[in-house]
Amino acid sequence: MNQIYGILNTILPFGWLEYDFMKNALLAVLLITPVFGILGTIIVNNRMAFFSDALGHGAFTGIAIGSVIGLVRPAWSAVIFSIGFSVLITIIKNRTKTSTDTVIGVFSSAAIAVGLVLVTSGGYSYNSYLVGDLLSIAPAEIGALFLLAVLIILLWLVFYNKVLMVSVNISLAKSRGINTLAVELAFTAIIAVAVTIVIQWVGLLIVNSLLVLPAAAARNVSNNARQYNASAIMISVFSGVLGLVLSYYMDTATGATIVIISAVIYFITLAMRKRFA
Amino acid sequence: MAQINARHRENCDTNRICSGYCCTQIKNFSVRVGRTEILKDVNLHLHCGELTALIGPNGAGKSTLLKAILGEIKHEGSIIFAGSNGENSVKPKVGYVPQQLEFDTAAPVSVKNLFSACMGKRPAFMKTSGQITQKVTECLARVQGEGLIDKRLGALSGGELQRVLLALALEPVPQLLLMDEPVSGVDRKGLEVFYEIVSQIREKYDLTIILVSHDLDLVKKHADRVVLLNKTVILNGPPEKVYNDRKLHETFGLSGIIGDSGNKGPS
Repeated sequence: MNQIYGILNTILPFGWLEYDFMKNALLAVLLITPVFGILGTIIVNNRMAFFSDALGHGAFTGIAIGSVIGLVRPAWSAVIFSIGFSVLITIIKNRTKTSTDTVIGVFSSAAIAVGLVLVTSGGYSYNSYLVGDLLSIAPAEIGALFLLAVLIILLWLVFYNKVLMVSVNISLAKSRGINTLAVELAFTAIIAVAVTIVIQWVGLLIVNSLLVLPAAAARNVSNNARQYNASAIMISVFSGVLGLVLSYYMDTATGATIVIISAVIYFITLAMRKRFA
Repeated sequence: MAQINARHRENCDTNRICSGYCCTQIKNFSVRVGRTEILKDVNLHLHCGELTALIGPNGAGKSTLLKAILGEIKHEGSIIFAGSNGENSVKPKVGYVPQQLEFDTAAPVSVKNLFSACMGKRPAFMKTSGQITQKVTECLARVQGEGLIDKRLGALSGGELQRVLLALALEPVPQLLLMDEPVSGVDRKGLEVFYEIVSQIREKYDLTIILVSHDLDLVKKHADRVVLLNKTVILNGPPEKVYNDRKLHETFGLSGIIGDSGNKGPS
């Protein structure tokens, strides 16, 4: 870790990077934002924005369960719970004819209610999971984030084409021999894991904005998959780093500052949209 | 060619043997959803190089039959493709052109992305190799759509989209091509171009084509065989024969629809 700190000191000799917690936060941002940019493109293309929001709620319930049964790291139970939660929603969504947002709404509300009941009954503090603090990230956790990022990028490269077909049209994808349910399950599960892990540092309230905003902005200015992915990743990383720096100088919540910058970029791209249509 | 086809048809219909030619047999297809019977005992024997138009009133089960053949809907019965070299009892390779592709028209997906996602292992957002680009262009040329390669899917007109989907269904070339004709969004001219292209493809690639159609005039002009479906096969034969049958008029519940040129049949 010290080597990395040394490198950061040499290549980025800025005031805001003097402290180790800022270096940690920068590394975390550089790992989280590109991956969230990628996942965001999938979420927005598949119209799953509401779904990924529900996953945040599921993660909160998972953390509550972990706290109640007395795990040292409630995040692990949250990961398992979120995967189960996402699989359940996906299967029910595919089995029933009820509209998707109703199914998701039911699950999401139920999950957050169970989570709140569990947490209040045990008298645990849950504020940190609602708002989160990116500056509290520890070096070991950065290691875990790194592994997660590698895993997601690998999955993305291998399954991208299938996910693209599923996002265009399910029947068409099925007629090309793609197991659409398996693709959907795999991707909802990996999104669930990513949301659950990151929620500890950015909080339940804004985790979904980090996923959706860069991709939504990128969509406004892209005509093909290449432009879309590239601009989503760039917007995500740019707002992440800028948000971190600004939050340091303005003394604001880091996650929220990042979201505000992505939102501003979204509105700028929205205004540019006509040129790309 | 017509003679060969006729002889072929005779062989297949009488003896149920198609030596030297290929055919697709659909046997005893039935589909139930809950207690409702949507299709019952559908039997069809279709030959290669033949364009079969599937007609029938609303709710007759036309699209359901296509989806059952695709395996998207549970069904009873079997489908067998008998190849020309005696390779029997295999499921045919099926290509599918959906009726109306419901997709997000704002999605940043180009025609090239769509093809390279289907063709190669390399993720479609990466730079496409010249080889793939050329192959995509060739595919699009089959439907007179070379100029569409860099267009966004959402920016295509209804007719263009339908042709792109046809080109996609032809790669790789299937043994059975299923098409659900669009009910709206394609103008008359576009529909005629589409039928012309389908006719050419049938001859060039010797495919069995099943086309769900709502335009009885165009069917009359291009189809080799017309199947009237209403839960089960009611009529099956060459267009002239089917169009003059009283049952056709009875099934649609109206008389005077057929032959009323320029008038769309009940969709």
